Amino acid sequence: MPLQGEYMGMMLTVDDVDRENREFFAWCDKGEFRLQRSPESGLLRYPPTTACPWSTDRDYEWVPVEGKGAVHSYVEVHHPIQPAFRDKVPYMILLVDLDTQKGEPSEYEALRVAGNLVTADGEFAPPEAIKSVGIGTRVRMVFSKVADGFSLPQWTIDEDAEQPEAPWRYPQE
Amino acid sequence: MTLSSVSDVDASSPKHLRGRYAIAGVGETDYMRGSEYSTRSLATWAIKNAMDDAGLAPGDIDGMLSYSGNDSIFSPFVAGDLGIRLNFYMDVHGGGSSTEALIGIAIGVIEAGMCKTVAIFRSMNGYSQVRIGGTGARSAVPINGDQIHHRAYGWQSAGQMFAPTFLRHMYDYGTTPEQVAAVKVAHSKHASNNPKAYYKRRFTVEDVVSSRIICKPLHLLDCCVETDNATCIIVTRLDRARDCRQPPAVIQSVVGRCCKPRIDMHYQHGPISNVAGHYAKDILFPNAGVTPEDIDLTGSYDAFTFTTMLQLEDYGFCKKGEGGDYVSSGIIELGGKRPNNTSGGHLCEGYTHGMNMVIENTRQLRGEVDDSCPIGPDGKRQHTHDYGEGGCRQVKDVELTANLGWAMPGTGSAMIMSKDVR
Repeated sequence: MPLQGEYMGMMLTVDDVDRENREFFAWCDKGEFRLQRSPESGLLRYPPTTACPWSTDRDYEWVPVEGKGAVHSYVEVHHPIQPAFRDKVPYMILLVDLDTQKGEPSEYEALRVAGNLVTADGEFAPPEAIKSVGIGTRVRMVFSKVADGFSLPQWTIDEDAEQPEAPWRYPQE
Repeated sequence: MTLSSVSDVDASSPKHLRGRYAIAGVGETDYMRGSEYSTRSLATWAIKNAMDDAGLAPGDIDGMLSYSGNDSIFSPFVAGDLGIRLNFYMDVHGGGSSTEALIGIAIGVIEAGMCKTVAIFRSMNGYSQVRIGGTGARSAVPINGDQIHHRAYGWQSAGQMFAPTFLRHMYDYGTTPEQVAAVKVAHSKHASNNPKAYYKRRFTVEDVVSSRIICKPLHLLDCCVETDNATCIIVTRLDRARDCRQPPAVIQSVVGRCCKPRIDMHYQHGPISNVAGHYAKDILFPNAGVTPEDIDLTGSYDAFTFTTMLQLEDYGFCKKGEGGDYVSSGIIELGGKRPNNTSGGHLCEGYTHGMNMVIENTRQLRGEVDDSCPIGPDGKRQHTHDYGEGGCRQVKDVELTANLGWAMPGTGSAMIMSKDVR
C-alpha cells in the first residue's frame, strides 16, 4: 500500500518503491525528525536521497535530528498558484538552516529544510506573525498530519529562543 | 588515475570545434495568445520560416531536435508534414536552457556523421494550453514522492521556486527591487522597437515596483509574459552554412545544462545566490577564446528580471554582488555598452524557453534585425541606430554575442557566436 493522504485538498502519494521518502514521512508521523546518515561519511543529508553525495555510500541509518534552526531565505506568496492555497495567502515558505551540520562539509553548505510558517498548533501563520519573520528568525519544527503514518515537517517561531532584534525582511512592506 | 573533466572541455583539446559550426537559418511564428493552432501546426510554421530564411529545401534537412515538457509535438510528425526525411531526430524533456544544449548536441551528431543539417524547434501554447506560469491544469496535479518536499508547501511555480535565490542575494549584497526592475525597463524599451513583440509598451522602474506582488520578492512586472508560439534554429557545418541565403552566425563555444552541485531545489549547496553560470563560465569563455569584455551583446534569459541579473553577474560581466548596479547602469539598454535581449526577450517579446534570444542574436550578427527601419534599394534595412520609441534596435558593429540560458538557479546553458570572418 502506498503512503497516501489528502492534505488541504491535495492528494499526496509516496509509492511503495520509494523507500527513502516512506521512511522519512513515517518518522515525522511519530513526531521525530530523522535524517539519513551515511555510516561511511558520518554526514546527514536532506531531502531523502538514494546515496550519500560525499561518500557514494548507499547504506544509511535514520538519525534523530533537532528540529531547530534559523531562516536562511524565504518566499512570501501573495498570488496563489495551487488551488489548495487560494484561501491561505499570504503564506510563507521558509528555507531553514538547521543548527545541526551547518557549514559542513564546506563553508556554505547546510541542511536547508523547507516548510511553511505555521502557528505552534500547526495552523497557517496569520499576517502579523508573517510580518515578524525574516532571514535570521529562529524557528522550531512542528508536524502537520496528512494521514495515519504520514506527517509533514513545518516551522513555527521558536518562542524560547533568543530572536534577532530585526530579522531581515523584503524592503517593500 | 584521476578523471579530470577539465581536459575534455579545454579549448586546446583536439576535439574542440570552435568556429566550425553555424546557425544558418532562424524562424518563428507570430507571438500570440489564444493561437487557435496546434503545436504541430505552430512547429511547421516556424520551421518553414527558418528554412525559407536559410534558403533550404526539405531535402537539405535530415536532422531534427525538439524540447518540451510533454506539452508539444514530436519531430517525426512535423518532419513528415514538411516532407523532410530524417536521418536523426530526438525529442527531449526540457524547458529553459535547452536551446544552447541542443545546439551542442546537433554539432555532436553532425560531427559523428549521423546527419548533416539539424532543425531545432520549440513549439508551445504557453498561454492557451499548458501555461508557463504554472496556473490552470498544471496547478492542481497530484503530488508524488520527492515533489512533496516542495509542492505540499505551496512551493511549485517557477517564480516561487526561484525566489529564495534572489531574496538571499538582496540580503547578502543589498540588491534592490528597483535595480532589477531596470531589466524590465530595458527589455520593454527594446520590445517597443520590435514589431513582432507581444508587449510593445515601455515601462518605468516605478511601474514595475508598484505592480502587485506575486510572491515576495517578485512583482507582476518582474515576471515574463506567457504566449503561444514556435521557434526554430537550423544548425549545420560552417562550410554548408556559407552556401545558404543568410550570413552564418558562427558558433564559437557552447555549454549545455551545466549544473551546480546537488541541483535539487532545496539549496543544500550554497551560496544559494550563486547560479550555474558560476561553473559554466569556465567552459564558455576559454573554449571561445574570449572574455566577457569582448562580448558586444548578451541574451541573458529573463524568466524574471532577476534571472537576467544573476546570470550576467556569475558569468563575469560584473563582479559578484554587483549585478544590481550592472543592470541598472544603462549598460544593458540599446545604446549602452552591452545591450541585453534586444528583442524584448521573455519579459516582452514572447516566451519561448530561450530560443527567441538566440534568434535575436543571430539576426544582430547579420546586421539585419527586423525593426521598423526602412528597407533600402539593396533590399536591406537602413538602420538608423536611433533607439527612440518605435525606432531602430540594431546594435552597431556586432562582432560577438553571448547567450546565457537558464533552466533554474542550479542549471544553465550558454553559447558564444560571432560574425563570419573569411
